[in-house]
Amino acid sequence: MKRTIALVLSICLVMVVGCAQRTGDLNKIVIWHWMTDRDTAFQELARRYEQQTGVKVVFELYAPSDVYSHKIVASAQAKILPDIFGILHKKHIVAEFIKSGVVADLTTDFNADGKAWRNSLFPRALAVNQFEADNPYGVAPGIYGVPIDVTNIQMLYNKALLAKAGVTEPPQTYEEFLDVAQALYRVGIEGFVSGWGELWMVECFASNYAFNIMGEDKVMATHRGEVPYTDPDWIAVFDLFKRLVDHHALIEGVVTKANKYAEQDFALERAAFAFNGSWCVNVYHEMNPELDYGVMLPPRVNMDRPMRIWGGAGSSFVVNDLSLRKDKAIAFLKWLTAKEQQVFLAEKTKNLPANRTALSSIPQVLADFAAAMDDTTHPSVWPLNEDPQVVEVFDKGLQSIIIGEKTPAQVAAEVQKAKAARMQKQQKRSQM
Amino acid sequence: MNLTLPNRYQVIRGVKTSLTHLFLLTVAATCLFPLFWMVRSSLMSNQTIFTDKSLVPAQMYFHNYVTAWTQGNFGIYFLNSVIYTVSVVVGIVLVSSLAAYAFSRLQFWGKNAFFYMFIAAMMIPLPGSFVPLTVLMNKLHLVNTRLGYILCMINVGLSLSILLFKTFFDKIPSDLEDSARIDGCSKLGIWWHVALPLARPAIAVVVIFNALNVWNEYILATLLLSDKALMPLQRGLMVFQGSHSVDYPVLMAGLTIAAAPIIIVYLFMQDQIVKGALRERSSITEFL
Amino acid sequence: MSKRSALAGFKVNFENFLFVLPAVAIFAVFYIYPFYEIFNLSLHEWNGISLTKQFIGFDNFRELFQDAVWWFSMKNALYITFIALTFQNVLAFALAMACDREIRLKGFYRMIFFIPPVLSEIVVGLIWSWILNAGQQGGEPIGLLNFALDRFGFPNLVHNWLSDPKTALTCIAVVHSWKGFGWGFVIFLAGFQTIDRQLYEAAKVDGAGFWDSFWNVTIPMMLPVIMVVIILTILGSMQAFVLILSMVGQGLVYHTEVPVTRILFAMTGSSRFGYACTMGVTFGGILIVVSYFLNLMSKRMKQA
Repeated sequence: MKRTIALVLSICLVMVVGCAQRTGDLNKIVIWHWMTDRDTAFQELARRYEQQTGVKVVFELYAPSDVYSHKIVASAQAKILPDIFGILHKKHIVAEFIKSGVVADLTTDFNADGKAWRNSLFPRALAVNQFEADNPYGVAPGIYGVPIDVTNIQMLYNKALLAKAGVTEPPQTYEEFLDVAQALYRVGIEGFVSGWGELWMVECFASNYAFNIMGEDKVMATHRGEVPYTDPDWIAVFDLFKRLVDHHALIEGVVTKANKYAEQDFALERAAFAFNGSWCVNVYHEMNPELDYGVMLPPRVNMDRPMRIWGGAGSSFVVNDLSLRKDKAIAFLKWLTAKEQQVFLAEKTKNLPANRTALSSIPQVLADFAAAMDDTTHPSVWPLNEDPQVVEVFDKGLQSIIIGEKTPAQVAAEVQKAKAARMQKQQKRSQM
Repeated sequence: MNLTLPNRYQVIRGVKTSLTHLFLLTVAATCLFPLFWMVRSSLMSNQTIFTDKSLVPAQMYFHNYVTAWTQGNFGIYFLNSVIYTVSVVVGIVLVSSLAAYAFSRLQFWGKNAFFYMFIAAMMIPLPGSFVPLTVLMNKLHLVNTRLGYILCMINVGLSLSILLFKTFFDKIPSDLEDSARIDGCSKLGIWWHVALPLARPAIAVVVIFNALNVWNEYILATLLLSDKALMPLQRGLMVFQGSHSVDYPVLMAGLTIAAAPIIIVYLFMQDQIVKGALRERSSITEFL
Repeated sequence: MSKRSALAGFKVNFENFLFVLPAVAIFAVFYIYPFYEIFNLSLHEWNGISLTKQFIGFDNFRELFQDAVWWFSMKNALYITFIALTFQNVLAFALAMACDREIRLKGFYRMIFFIPPVLSEIVVGLIWSWILNAGQQGGEPIGLLNFALDRFGFPNLVHNWLSDPKTALTCIAVVHSWKGFGWGFVIFLAGFQTIDRQLYEAAKVDGAGFWDSFWNVTIPMMLPVIMVVIILTILGSMQAFVLILSMVGQGLVYHTEVPVTRILFAMTGSSRFGYACTMGVTFGGILIVVSYFLNLMSKRMKQA
């Protein structure tokens, strides 16, 4: 008995210790990513790159994305970040990464050869990775990340389900949209689904309409604290959600749905409308290739202003400034965003390419998504973002309107209270 | 013919047994159902999994299991999970039973303080501890090594295992130890020859608890390990849960494969609980 | 006391300490050091990545005491714990008692009851969300529970289980208990096995019925094990969160928030690492106080 245990222990010890540290190989680039859906495509591209250039590229996948974020933060502190990685945080955190010296400034590389690399990519995609002069984050202006795909978030409609309710054309205004929802409700079809169990999606919808109702300047003024959330324009934004509820437009349990499940609902034809990003094309295709659907901008409330949707870079990579293989890493990213590789990625993963010249072989629905790229905006490119804690009160407030717990006026008051408290705290802190 | 009607005592006993069985069966059904659902889903295809509500799928796709194994690189992950589980369990049983024996039977300076320290650690979750932990492991050159992960997981289960062992050690009558000491056994010998064998049910519980924790763990593994060759099984399963499209049947197949070994470990261990108890009863009757 | 016996005393003391040395060494490295760091961080304002941390003393703690959402999430966790302590543990105890006697299929039951703990929380969340799904497709409920209620004649009981604030948390608590009772079952069973049969026989000889022997033999003998299970249940239920995320996401306003989800939000949502550490330390402190009182109570009960 004792001997068996001793044997087992020694085997364990051998296996445990027998894993030496990897030595740094100057001809090998390590990339940490979170994109489970694209891992196979990445592995194939790595293989091709090694064939072409002899440089070995290792893609390592860490999922889900929140665990990936934690790993990046912990590794940054321990200074063991890989050559290429992604930062899934908001812009002010990206700024901190840059200021702590782990992100390389790629502006010169982008501008080289008469801005060849820069011009091949969608300007909106670059804008998300860019810091302008006089940015509020204290970062030297420049481009710090490489977008490998673009995306935007719009509304989708199921043509077959709409036909069942006698609707032949997708609605053009918000009023029409509510009427269509009523018609669907009468024939027993659920109207609208979205991943509103994820706070950022509710925020996105609200933000789009905020821009439509009052315009970007007023929204920015609110962030600065000059306009209160109890302003009638903001109440109109909150009211939109109430009207959705009143017109029975929302699918059952929409506030507990993660986006994954909302996508399932639309793909399986349980709802006629969806609010989702261009990545959904791949998802819908895998779940229901027969789905007959179209893309449209969210129908406007205010016809005098444009509808601005969120969009820009889908996923971006940054280069570790402390890496010994920085040049090779940048060269690889340049290759990854070149036309041939982008076409490959677009075909394999049905995401919009970041490279403008690679739009040739994408399905029609994706092309419809791409057409709206110039109308996009994104919190990353705004001059000022709202405090995350106020945003949480805002998003949760919208959820409580949807489940009928609070009225728009109540939510507006709560958000304004939170905003006032945060601004007070910030003042105190800056005086400390 | 002599027909004896069952007497009152037998009837009551019969009803009691039937009710007990009914109770047990109902609960068992609720436990079995999700497992059954998991296996059933693993045999369907991505198209039929949402639409087909039947209990047994018409068409069975056993191929999903092969896909799960190959696509998920289960071979190396499985091996890693086994290594980690065995190492951590052996480590914890040894380290915590030693400590628990000391807390239960020996005297030393600061005994109570140390014990309460372990108990307090159980109460204080350390969210965000992965940041200082990674920095520390890197300084010790333990990041991205098997040894580092194993030591970390031993720490995770330490407090509870010590508590469980101490609870059981406390119940052992001291006459057995005294007689062993008279026979010339050292303290370590008493621990090995007397205390541990008597605490067989406790060992079984500690083994099951820690084996399950290590087998199902993936957050620390993802944070502390970077080499694919070191990753445990749960990480392989994460690959099937894409951020958007989830291949449910293959995921279910992978989950079934992952659940099977730990059920086997449990079956073996719960057998030990019974054996250990029988042995204890006989050893107690020897003394009386 | 002569020098020699003092030295001998010290030697014995040290020998005994060696027994706990491995545990203490591992613990010191992997818990105490991170704990010190976390406590230190709770006194700062930090976003997790920048090189500078702002020392703010106990300001975070002050903010936490006034954080209504935090205390509401604590209340939710208490609710889940309450359901776990009552429903889960009573069930586990009853099942263990039933399985302790010599009945048929004992091994079978023992195996089945341990299946829920074996399944990872993601699977459990996934499967139960399917079962509790409240949607409709083609006029028929999608979720299994609603489907069964509809089919077997209780259409008025069909409900949006996971999206109604009144039922969502209870459903989560029940699923959590379902997943957890296997542990209590195993530990109680092990405890039952160590109760000497002769005590029961002695009680029967004295003329004790079922309930008498239950209160006078079973409960007192099982008391230490019961305390362990209670403490474990409280710790486990207060810290549950993976199940919630996989069943309702971030949704349902604050009705399904628990302390750990708040900590996660502070870490990743608002990037206030220092505040997250404050929450962790406070949470731990509360749990310690609770267990201390439980311990006191159990000591009093033992004396009674």
